Amino acid sequence: MDFGSINPTLLIASLMVAATPILLAALGELVVERAGVLNLGVEGMMITGAICGFIAAVTTGSPMLGFLGAAVGSALLSLLFAVLTQILLSNQVATGLALTLFGLGLSSLLGQGYVGMRAPSLPKVDFGVLGEIPFFGRVIFGHDPMVYISLLLVACVWAFLKFSSAGLILRAVGENHTAAHALGYNVVVIRIAAIAFGGACAGLGGAYLSLVRVPQWTEGMTAGAGWIALAIVVFASWRPWRLLLGAYLFGGVTVLQLNLQAGGIAIPVEYLSMSPYVITILVLVLMSAGRAPGSLGKTFHAST
Amino acid sequence: MKLKHILTGTALAAMVAIPAFAQDDTTTVGFVYVGPVGDGGWTYEHEQGRLAVEEEFGDSVETVYVENVPEGPDAVRVMQQMALNGADLIFTTSFGYMDQTIEVAEQFPDVMFEHATGYKRADNVATYSSRFYEGRAVQGHIAGQMTESNVIGYIGSFPIPEVIRGINSAYLHAKEVNPDVEFRIIWVYTWFDPAKEAEAARALIDQGADVVLQHTDSTAPQAAAAEAGGVFTFGQASDMLEFAPEPRISSIIDNWSPYYIERVQMLMDGEWESTDTWGGIGSGMVGIGEITEAVPEEVRASAEELIASIGSGEYHPFTGPINRQDGSEWLAEGETADDGTLLGMDFYVEGITGEIPQ
Repeated sequence: MDFGSINPTLLIASLMVAATPILLAALGELVVERAGVLNLGVEGMMITGAICGFIAAVTTGSPMLGFLGAAVGSALLSLLFAVLTQILLSNQVATGLALTLFGLGLSSLLGQGYVGMRAPSLPKVDFGVLGEIPFFGRVIFGHDPMVYISLLLVACVWAFLKFSSAGLILRAVGENHTAAHALGYNVVVIRIAAIAFGGACAGLGGAYLSLVRVPQWTEGMTAGAGWIALAIVVFASWRPWRLLLGAYLFGGVTVLQLNLQAGGIAIPVEYLSMSPYVITILVLVLMSAGRAPGSLGKTFHAST
Repeated sequence: MKLKHILTGTALAAMVAIPAFAQDDTTTVGFVYVGPVGDGGWTYEHEQGRLAVEEEFGDSVETVYVENVPEGPDAVRVMQQMALNGADLIFTTSFGYMDQTIEVAEQFPDVMFEHATGYKRADNVATYSSRFYEGRAVQGHIAGQMTESNVIGYIGSFPIPEVIRGINSAYLHAKEVNPDVEFRIIWVYTWFDPAKEAEAARALIDQGADVVLQHTDSTAPQAAAAEAGGVFTFGQASDMLEFAPEPRISSIIDNWSPYYIERVQMLMDGEWESTDTWGGIGSGMVGIGEITEAVPEEVRASAEELIASIGSGEYHPFTGPINRQDGSEWLAEGETADDGTLLGMDFYVEGITGEIPQ
C-alpha cells in the first residue's frame, strides 16, 4: 500500500484540529457524569455554543470573546437542564434529549441573521523559531490557542478529579449520592456546578466548529458531534487521558480515511467511512475495564 | 445520531400537524427538505422556490415545509403526516426520498407528489431535476485552466448517478483544456456535514489540489480553501457569493422557483399530470454564477461561449468519442448521450482513477 502521498505531519496536525470539538464536549460530559448526572443534551449545548460563540465573535470582532460567549451561553442552557433535573427532579434521559431538540431549535432561531457571515479568524499561536522545527514544529507548535487550551483542560480535569478534595467530593457524589449527602455535602449544588461546567465545555466545542473548523454559521452544523462525544465518554471509561486518546483516535481515523481516499488508496470507501467508529470502539473496548459512576443517571432527593 | 434524527423527525412531524390548513378553497403545497433551510446551498434554494410560490399565489396557496428530514423511514412519516393534513401537492427534494415517495403516493392516490432528482414515477408522482452536469462542464472547463498543480479535488456526497455524472462531466471538460489534469475524489457519505466537508477539502488541499469542486451543500469547503489560500472553489447549488472573488470563482445555482410556480399553477387549473422534467442552462433551471475577475479574461470568455453553446442546445457536454474507465467505447465520434443512460450513469469515464463505491 502506498502512503507516499500522505504527509504524516499534516495528518497529525489536522487530526488534532478535527478532534478538538469532540474532545472539549466530551471532557465536560465526563465531569458531569462523574458527578452522577447523565446529560444527553450535549448536541444541543454544542450547537447553542456554536451560534452564541459566532454571534459574540462577530459582534465584538474578537474570537476569544466568542469562545467566552459560547461557554456562557451553553452554561446558561445547561442550567435549564440543571433546574429541571436537580430541583424539579425530572427524568435525566428525557430532559437531556429535550435539551438537544431545544438547542437545535434555539440555535437556528438565534442564527437567523448570521447565515453567510464570516467570523474573525483565530490566529495561530506564534512560537517563533520553535514553529520551524521539522515535524514537531508543525505538530506541536503550529496550532491555534484552543487546541492548547483543550489539552490543558484535560490535564486540569484529570488533576482535579485525582488530587483535589473538591474532585474527591464530586466523585463521591457521583458514586453514592446518599452517602455523600449523609456526610454533609450538598449534592444538588455540586451537581449543578458540574452541569454548568459541562455546558461551558460543550459550548467551547461547538464554538470551535463555528469559529475555527468550518468557520461559518450554518444550521445543524454540529451534525452529530455531540453524540460522538457522549459515546467517547463511555468508551473512555470516564477517565480524562483515555478520553483524549479516544477523541484523537476518532479524529485521526476520520482524517486518515479522507486522506486515503484523496490519495486514491484502493480500499473500498465504505470501509474507510466506517473505520473511525469501528476502530475507536474496538480500541477503547479492548483497553477499557471501567465502571460507570454508581449514581449515574439516578435522581437524587434529599428525603430518600 | 440515528436517535437524534428519529427524534427530530418525529418532533417536526408533530409540528406540521399543528396548523389547521385543510380548507378546501386553498391549495396546500408541502415541501420535504433533507437539510436545514439555512444551509446556504441545496435546501436553501428549494426554500427560495417555496417562498416564490407563496409570493406568486398569495392567500390562495398555503405552503408547509419540514426540514432536516432523514432519508429513510422518517421521511415516510413526514410525508404521510403532510398528506393527512390536507396537502394537495408535495415536493420531496432529495434523491434518497425516491422509494419513500412512491410508497406514500400509493397510500394517497389523491395527493400529487413531485420527487426531485429521482427516476421512479407513478400516476401521481412526477419527477424533476436539473441538468447539473451542464454546469459541471463549465466548472471543469474553468478548473482545468486554473489549476497549476494539475490536481483537482472533488468532494462527492453519495455515489449516485447524479453525482457521478457531475464528476464525469467536470473531468471531461477539464481534460479537454488541460490533458495533464488529474482528479482526486473523496466520498463523504453525507449531503450536509460542514465539519466533514471542511476536513475533506483540507485533505484534498494537503495532497496538492489547488482547485476543489464539491457536490455537498455547505460553504465549509469554501472557507477551508480561503484559509489555505491559493485554492479555487465553485459555489454549489447556491451562489456562495460571500466567498467571491476568490476562492469561489463561479458557481452552479439551482433555480427552482419558475418550476414550482408552474406546477402549482397546473394543479390549481386541474392540469397537473405526472411528467419528467429535466431542465438545464437553456431553460434557466441551472444558473451559472458570475465568473469572477480571479479568472483570466480569455478563460472567462471561452467559458461564456461554452455556457452559450450548451444553453442553445448546440453542444452536449457528453459528446463522443468517450470511453468508459475500463477502456470500452461508450460514445462514438459525434454521438451524444441519451437521457436514459445519463440518468443511470454508474461508471467513470476513461482517465479517472479510483473506483466508484458500490
